[in-house]
Amino acid sequence: MNSISITANGLSKDFNRSTIFKDISFSLSSPASLSIIGKNGAGKSTLSKIISGLLNSTRGSITYSVNEKQIEIEEFKHHIGFVSPYLNLYDEFTALENLQILSRIRTSTHQNSERIKEMLALVELWDRRDDIVSTFSSGMKQRLKYAFALLHDPAVLILDEPTSNLDAEGIEVITQIILEQKKANILIIATNIKEEANWCAKQIQVG
Amino acid sequence: MNFITSTLAIVSKDIHSELRTRYAMNALLMFIVTSVATILFALREDEVSTEVLSGMFWVVIFFTAMSGLSRIFVSEEERGTTMALQLVASPSAVYFGKLIFNCGLTLALSSAVTILYLVAFPMFVIKSMAIFILTIFLGSIGFAAAATIIAAIIAKANTKGTLYPVLSFPILIPLIMTVMKSTARALDGEIFTTALGEFQILASYLMIMIAGSYLLFDYVWKE
Repeated sequence: MNSISITANGLSKDFNRSTIFKDISFSLSSPASLSIIGKNGAGKSTLSKIISGLLNSTRGSITYSVNEKQIEIEEFKHHIGFVSPYLNLYDEFTALENLQILSRIRTSTHQNSERIKEMLALVELWDRRDDIVSTFSSGMKQRLKYAFALLHDPAVLILDEPTSNLDAEGIEVITQIILEQKKANILIIATNIKEEANWCAKQIQVG
Repeated sequence: MNFITSTLAIVSKDIHSELRTRYAMNALLMFIVTSVATILFALREDEVSTEVLSGMFWVVIFFTAMSGLSRIFVSEEERGTTMALQLVASPSAVYFGKLIFNCGLTLALSSAVTILYLVAFPMFVIKSMAIFILTIFLGSIGFAAAATIIAAIIAKANTKGTLYPVLSFPILIPLIMTVMKSTARALDGEIFTTALGEFQILASYLMIMIAGSYLLFDYVWKE
């Protein structure tokens, strides 16, 4: 198993001349878990996007290492699974097509149909695999995002508002995924729900 | 190898998505039919020079392209799927995937406009086929190259609709002037070598546009 580490130094983000957050630093080495907490608009989602490499920070730097070897974010993205309310999958495709297409684009070694079946079964969507995503409820779409995030067996799982739109059964499934992830890998959760923040060993406050 | 596989997978995804949603295709087809019909009614039986005819030919292609080619990035942004694509593909794979798709779409629309012009305008006779085909090919790819990077830029803006033609026009002026001139040569039946200068300009434009876009795309895509 790969040893993964993420180190952030003095991260700051400005939007339209106003500072969202500043001087965020942390270091994580697998296994580790971190929750990002703060009020609405404090920049939790922005920070989780910066860690995922989807957004640049205004100041500061973030480094990623695999087996003590520092790698660029474009390469490191293959180790990241990301779930966020801002991330949508393709409405015009079925659940199965979404995972097949995105897996092909990622050119992942985990693109075999068995893995896709396993992930859809895990989030209890296998029976609805041939349904167009636009017909899904918001909770089903959230489950599908988990299947997408876990498809390539990521060493880092970053969850922004992990239980939003999920029913009790869905939360149970996700809780199991989270517990499994933090045993050996890195888990980062951005939330303002205290219970969810408590799933993680470390906490940082933004805003 | 991974880069090529990823790029082709993006092209395939966009083709399937387009066939299912018909986001761009319907808009392009309606625009072509409407604008060609309007020109037909305006001209009626009037005799016009080959310069005017080739100008109107590229006007239809320009405005049709402006109405449809931006969809490639705007639809990803509007539907919130940009993030999923950012997570699975490198910026260069996304750029070349979208560029190839837009090239295909522009070549298809140029061919459709050509067929309509041949049917609707008796004076639109291609006397030098080699000049015409090469002009359509280089011109369409040039349009697609410029349109793709501008679409990526405006997809992040609030005023997408108005910004697209405004930003595109100054960038496309050298291309439009060159393709109009060489199309007129094709309609006049000039020999191939007379259009070599125009082809050199088109090839240079294409290389500069693709190289510049490739360098710029990383910044545009991430912010």
